[in-house]
Amino acid sequence: MSKPKVALYWCASCGGCEEATVDLTERLFDLIEAVDIVFWPIAMDFKREDLEKMEDGSIDIAIINGGIRLEEHEEMVKLLRRKSKIVIAYGSCAHLGGIPGLANAYPREEILKFAYEEAPTVINPDKVRPMKKVTIDGMEFELPEFLEYLKPLDEVIDVDYYIPGCPPTPDLTWEAISKLLSGEIPPKGHVFGSDKSLCHECPLNETKPDEIRLEELKRPHQVILDRSKCYLAQGVLCMGPVTRGGCEALCIKGGMPCTGCFGPLDGVYNQGAKALSFLASVIDIEDEEKYREMLEKLGFDPIGWFFRYSLAKGMIYRKKRDGE
Amino acid sequence: MSDGDGFEPTIVVFACHWCTYQAINLAGTSRMKYPPNVRVIRVMCSGRVDPQFVIEAFKNGADGVLVAGCHPGDCHYVNGNMKTMRRTVMLEKLLQDMGIEKERFRREWISAAEAKKWVEVVTEMVEQVRKLGPLKLAEKREVVMNE
Repeated sequence: MSKPKVALYWCASCGGCEEATVDLTERLFDLIEAVDIVFWPIAMDFKREDLEKMEDGSIDIAIINGGIRLEEHEEMVKLLRRKSKIVIAYGSCAHLGGIPGLANAYPREEILKFAYEEAPTVINPDKVRPMKKVTIDGMEFELPEFLEYLKPLDEVIDVDYYIPGCPPTPDLTWEAISKLLSGEIPPKGHVFGSDKSLCHECPLNETKPDEIRLEELKRPHQVILDRSKCYLAQGVLCMGPVTRGGCEALCIKGGMPCTGCFGPLDGVYNQGAKALSFLASVIDIEDEEKYREMLEKLGFDPIGWFFRYSLAKGMIYRKKRDGE
Repeated sequence: MSDGDGFEPTIVVFACHWCTYQAINLAGTSRMKYPPNVRVIRVMCSGRVDPQFVIEAFKNGADGVLVAGCHPGDCHYVNGNMKTMRRTVMLEKLLQDMGIEKERFRREWISAAEAKKWVEVVTEMVEQVRKLGPLKLAEKREVVMNE
């Protein structure tokens, strides 16, 4: 029997997800033993043509990380979708938009203008911008278009499963892949990881008081956290209560509160809004002026605090009116 | 709905059963007039209004959203409206950061007796939103399934 075929690809991402795959370490050999990696441009020399030559539906699992920000990403993932039986959105960017999705808070033109003209480290008096097509000495060069927004993978192609995380842990990756290879197929749309929030697996959960009431909020850099006590109870925002578990509480063990990379729990469609809701309910200030003052002093930034990984999914996309 | 003079905004109102909803009732039985642009959704407490609802309302075509509940100290459930206060203050900033104008989202405390206040608040809000024009959402980012 021939081995199952696996393809790996990256779109708008930092490379951390690829790192997470390599972090399978010795298990990577087991993986190679069990499957044929037929496409993995970051690790080996594969070209688009190689993929085009494959028969439609001939790849068993395509693991795609990164959001869709360039025309090229869109083309490649559509191609991969056609060639593959199962497509997995791997990591926060493919799942929810991730960190690059934060750019969706700004229109495309503003991003390009800043990156190519206004950033303090840029000297570009001719205001040169990347163009789609350019001819130099009779040779034509083509660059993929920078799209209006970054889209999570499932807004471009049909996605079968999600492996969340920024990046997903090697254990979770291994668990998901071995499950799929063993034929233990979860229902379509399943997000690997736990069904419960991070708090359920958090080693500090025992120290969480029955009711959390915060008289003051603090940001992580303003306080030295006691690593043996629930961080939320110490007054810093921890996204644990509204974030899917399954990450082994790595950040918590490392002394940092959760920032929410595993995304929302089942049944929640807007993780950021849910986080805002829960944080507002545990703050114990009833005087509106005092409350506003506290937020002001903290430099309250709802997008950065609550939507760090899920802005591309949770944003309201408003169209600019004429003259704006 | 079209741009310009003919534009009639749609305002989604989340009204607390114990106060604002009664005030709306009172306005009706007292034959007070207020603009027909509001779509009132009754909730048992303004604290029941999940911020997700507000975002969803905007995504589904609301031009403005009003969350209305009992005055501080008067909550039927002791402190539900204090949660509303804290949530809406945060939500205000969030919506502005997402590019939604300040006037499109409002929170008001309206007691069961304040039919007049209800009429004033919605009349003012409808006018403000009418001036802003419709909330145009970027074309639905098309989801392309298997080519």
